[in-house]
Amino acid sequence: MKKNWPLWEIFVRSKNGLEHRHFGSLHAADAEMAMENARDVYTRRNEGVSIWVVESKNITASNPADNGEMFEPAQDKVYRHPTFYDLPDEVKHM
Amino acid sequence: MKHLYNYILTIADNSLILAQRLGELCGHGPSLETDIALTNISLDLLGQTRSYYQYAAKISGEGKTEDDIAFLRIEREYKNCLLVEQPNTHFGYVIGRQFLFDVYHLMLMEKLQYSPDETLAAIAKKGIKEVSYHKRFSSDWVKRLGDGTEESNAKMQEAIDDLWRFTDELFFTTDAEKAKGKEGVGIDVSTFKEKYYEEVSEVLKEATLTVPENKYFTKGGKEGVHTEHMGYILADLQYMQRTYPNMTW
Repeated sequence: MKKNWPLWEIFVRSKNGLEHRHFGSLHAADAEMAMENARDVYTRRNEGVSIWVVESKNITASNPADNGEMFEPAQDKVYRHPTFYDLPDEVKHM
Repeated sequence: MKHLYNYILTIADNSLILAQRLGELCGHGPSLETDIALTNISLDLLGQTRSYYQYAAKISGEGKTEDDIAFLRIEREYKNCLLVEQPNTHFGYVIGRQFLFDVYHLMLMEKLQYSPDETLAAIAKKGIKEVSYHKRFSSDWVKRLGDGTEESNAKMQEAIDDLWRFTDELFFTTDAEKAKGKEGVGIDVSTFKEKYYEEVSEVLKEATLTVPENKYFTKGGKEGVHTEHMGYILADLQYMQRTYPNMTW
């Protein structure tokens, strides 16, 4: 395993104005190679206009074992959604 | 017309045969990512080949199709240079062959895009973006392998030393090239020979590789005299059409 290239996470912006979304991961020796590989693996069917690559080890992920304290307290607090207002018709995308 | 037809094939056959060579690697690349990258390059080249062959078929006036040109010629009628038919001996060779061709290919396209022949100019213009990426990919890899480990350096050097003798042929001009060059429609490839060797040497030096001093060069492909590998490539390429004439998917 030691000989494998490190893993990189690939984020692609599919259209100007949209955010970068996580597309997947791949192996590469460095950032430059990760960028070229991402271009070939994830954007060959015209999926993107911009790519971010970040080495997977630089991402700090939440631990699934902590899901109880992390996320469950929010489950019964529906009032945190702004759904109790009457929205005027002109306001879109809420 | 004969000259134009032959001139188109002189450019297009390089792309066809190199695409076929790269296609052999589909599913056999050293990693999933490089496998896809090489196949992408192959498909880019095939796309360019189709545009050239469609044009050649149209002007041939013999009711030919692009498929006839691709599949139904004999070996002596293919005009690709010897470089592109060299085998995928190891990854160093795949990259070396690609790099030595890409530098030439991009220089040619950059000139061809201004040809007064509108079809050739349009194909070249569209191809430039693809070929620029091919060159970026292959020169990056030359540097990675050259400036990598002792083993990768040795293998990259071996490939460059071995393939070097085919580079001079890129600048050999056939009768069709001379005739079209004179008319201003074709490109006189000898005009960028010096620039080619400069650019190639620069990358090789950056890759900590030695620029070969070998002055023995070999040629023939552009006039239909190929190396022993060509017959096998065509056997693969043509098998279906030869065995089941006119078959379609």
